[in-house]
Amino acid sequence: MGASLRDIKARINTTKKTSQITKAMEMVSASKLNRAEHNARSFTPYMEKIEEVVASVALGSNDASHPMLVKRPVKKTGYLVITSDRGLAGAYNSNVLRTVYQTIQERHRSTEEYAIIAIGRVGLNFFKRRNIPVALHITGLPDQPAFADIKEIANKTVNMFADGTFDELYMFYNHFVSPIQQDVTEKKLLPLTDLASDKKLTAYEFEPSQEEILEVLLPQYAESLIYGALLDAKASEHAARMTAMKNATDNAKELIRTLTLSYNRARQAAITQEITEIVAGANALQ
Amino acid sequence: MKTIKVSVVTPDGPVYEADVEMVSAKAQSGELGVLPGHIPMVAPLEIGAVRLKKGNATEFVAVSGGFLEVRPDRVTILAQAAERAEDIDVARAKAAKERAERRLQAKQEDIDHKRAELALRRALNRLNVANRNF
Repeated sequence: MGASLRDIKARINTTKKTSQITKAMEMVSASKLNRAEHNARSFTPYMEKIEEVVASVALGSNDASHPMLVKRPVKKTGYLVITSDRGLAGAYNSNVLRTVYQTIQERHRSTEEYAIIAIGRVGLNFFKRRNIPVALHITGLPDQPAFADIKEIANKTVNMFADGTFDELYMFYNHFVSPIQQDVTEKKLLPLTDLASDKKLTAYEFEPSQEEILEVLLPQYAESLIYGALLDAKASEHAARMTAMKNATDNAKELIRTLTLSYNRARQAAITQEITEIVAGANALQ
Repeated sequence: MKTIKVSVVTPDGPVYEADVEMVSAKAQSGELGVLPGHIPMVAPLEIGAVRLKKGNATEFVAVSGGFLEVRPDRVTILAQAAERAEDIDVARAKAAKERAERRLQAKQEDIDHKRAELALRRALNRLNVANRNF
């Protein structure tokens, strides 16, 4: 014991204020999550269509070939890692970063063999602190990114594969499963080796030629995959932050409950003591 | 008159969806017109305007590249950015045009140069489509 009534009161007040903030952040994240899910939905038709066309064009005839479709000996690997700019999102960032870090330790011996493309400040700082080479980075993306926001970095990333800087590219991000579950996902971005469509392939005429169409189509497809991953990761971020803030609010409530209990107990003890003193005083006078 | 379904889709969502009589676009190999019943085809597009003829009216959509997919019953245009003529932000396009022009005059490395040139073409295309100026 020993905590005075005033101290306990002060702690109750600060905890209450904190819980108001976390509650507000929870609600903000909930509405951001809503919009993020909406963004992901408006992206789906584009992605489905482009997947269908890419599969039709690339698999339609056997003589079609493009550097982005072919595996080559790997000298250098690129890892595109999507994290958030800010913390307070539970294990959102640490899960991804731990997975990437372990993967790199397992697969590579020297820093010559890989480089990071960092989306998000938390990831950028993490890799810089560990002296892991960061080839490209972008921070300060809005909560609801438009394609134009990441066009440049997506374009550069794909070009780094095309010009031979990287021989393969992987993406690491949190895949949105549900508001309470996000899974760290590793996805191979380039080369595009597992193109498969369950839809019926269409035999197209090509204007001007299949090679030239792949030249336009494949980079656009790869850039869309990056954007798709970003939208997915953003939805996860808002969900993770919402859950983290909900837990914080619940914890604060629990803390307020126990503090109120000890406050009342201390108050009761003080009153009892006062009464005892008065009675003792009255008795002494008799 | 026979019609064909057209949709213009971007990563940020669908931009245009309607039944039209004819679609014309600027493909990399030249001007391209698609009527209902066309054989399946894929063609990459230039930065330019897509014209959609519907009755007596013609609508315009500005596209920044991408490609056109034709099927017997529908045409899909997949572009990284596209706007209908009436949705174009003229002030923004003008600002982008000036920025690109300044960058072109500064003349630095080739990559920057190429990027600025593309940005300029996109901005000019938007302005042209917004003003229906061809």
